[in-house]
Amino acid sequence: MKPAVLTGEHYITGDIACAEGAIAAGCLFFGAYPITPATEIAEHMAERLPDIGGTFIQMEDEIAAIASILGAAWTGVKSMTATSGPGFSLMMENLGLAVCTETPCVIVNVQRTGPSTGLPTMTGQGDMMQARWGSHGDYELIALAPSSPQDCFYQTIRAFNLSEKYRVPVLVMADEIVGHMSEKVVIPEADKIHLVSRPKPTGRKDRFKLYEPGPNGVAPMPAIGDGYNIHVTGLTHDERGYPAMNVEAQEQMMDRIKGKIQNNLDDIIETESYRMEDAEIVIVSYGISVRTGLAAVDQAREMGYKAGLLRLVTVWPFPEAMIREIAGRVKGFITVEINLGQIHYEVERCAGGKAPAFLVGSAGGKIIHPDKVLECIREKFGTAGV
Amino acid sequence: MKPTKNNQTEIIVTGFGGQGIILAGRILGMSASLGDHKESTLVQAYGPESRGGACNAQVIISDKPIHYPYVNKPHILVAMSQAGYDKFVPALTPDAILLVDQDLVHPENAPCDHFAISATRMAENLGNKMMANIIMIGFCTAITQAVSTEAALATIVQSVPKGTEARNIEAYNKGFDYGLSTLKGREKRAAGQTGALAQ
Repeated sequence: MKPAVLTGEHYITGDIACAEGAIAAGCLFFGAYPITPATEIAEHMAERLPDIGGTFIQMEDEIAAIASILGAAWTGVKSMTATSGPGFSLMMENLGLAVCTETPCVIVNVQRTGPSTGLPTMTGQGDMMQARWGSHGDYELIALAPSSPQDCFYQTIRAFNLSEKYRVPVLVMADEIVGHMSEKVVIPEADKIHLVSRPKPTGRKDRFKLYEPGPNGVAPMPAIGDGYNIHVTGLTHDERGYPAMNVEAQEQMMDRIKGKIQNNLDDIIETESYRMEDAEIVIVSYGISVRTGLAAVDQAREMGYKAGLLRLVTVWPFPEAMIREIAGRVKGFITVEINLGQIHYEVERCAGGKAPAFLVGSAGGKIIHPDKVLECIREKFGTAGV
Repeated sequence: MKPTKNNQTEIIVTGFGGQGIILAGRILGMSASLGDHKESTLVQAYGPESRGGACNAQVIISDKPIHYPYVNKPHILVAMSQAGYDKFVPALTPDAILLVDQDLVHPENAPCDHFAISATRMAENLGNKMMANIIMIGFCTAITQAVSTEAALATIVQSVPKGTEARNIEAYNKGFDYGLSTLKGREKRAAGQTGALAQ
């Protein structure tokens, strides 16, 4: 039997690293329906979870898969599902249920090219806006984008920590290349991995309110069977969790759902900068496209352009304040993403006309070559040094 | 081995799905990473081609972090099928190294030096043609030193089915020895030529 945390150096794919990250984070329930290119995560969880006292269930479809992880979360365990393309679409209704019931869980989307069945075995980053707005109604959630297998390991752990801390579904927006590429993944010793568990109620059980916020805006969450009165519903509910069909309850619920994210942006938003100190041309990217961007920055610097890269580790909530601040001191932005413009529009919106924003995108199917970024730099910013 | 200016070696292994092409790429990448403690990235064909069609694994080995994970210009092309060779030969430059299974690939119009081995036939003589990929790794290691022998052997032992380790090590050694004797033969010929020219 293997231990939960496989301390050491491994040469594994992003999908496997993601599964190992989940296990290292304490995930004990995985419910999913296999789909390319996320299937290896399910295969690996099926192999690993029974050894460490966890449960794997292959559900009948993705609607049931996400339902199963919400149910598992309310029994008190950390839970995850993994999917892609059409499966992610099927999960949208219950993603809203997770937001509304403030259920901590992790959903991995190893993106492929859409729309519809699209190119099942080929990469894409076309689900980024769906990740933010795919379920009906207003809401906040968190989406992270790993750029390497090592990052898949860490971002999955971080996804669990954030989901537990803020009682919110967290999306790990990987893609086919990151999911299937192999690189060295270093797994630290178990006691070196920082883990967060959901806040638990401590007061009198007869006066307990399921959605009464704690100091950071997040309500403590008991498990079913802990002895607290639990009523979980997707209807608009009051702080007791009971349906309340009125505008005041709706406003109070939405304040809490949005507030716990919006009031903790500094903790949730993570970005990385590369050669940004004196950058005039800022490449904004996330996921596998970061690697295109990094190569392009180095080549552009060699050609004499002052280029830098801003990597969105957290894509949602979007780092609006940071883009606004950068926009005031640079010549322009280039967003690199494997779609025909999604995060690009967010960058453009936040740049607010202070700096132009350009897109280097594609219809999907393969990674974007750094030359495409260099072409854009030459076309939009002229010859270096002039 | 001819490293780029930033000591980056880009390798493509190509052949039919089922020849162990992906495993060969994985062994090279893993050897470089976990054995030789370099940076290494493996991307692989994933669709239907990896189950019978023209299949490839792309490995980058570097002293520095690898950004773009796909091969631009292969320094080393290992071809185990004609279709795979035909697909990647346009990407070869004169200073690349081409390694072929000579019974399966006719390296016509190759712009660079090529080294040939009957890897599949040698594997059949060892009792299992599935080991042709391991023979090819041995051959590749001797000719290019892309990874160290210690790292390659340790990775092979970890990567092949239990109970077949000794036979796979034998296969590696066959390929490696054939590679060394190929290099020696070339040296001798080169030395002979120099002698003749000196007269």
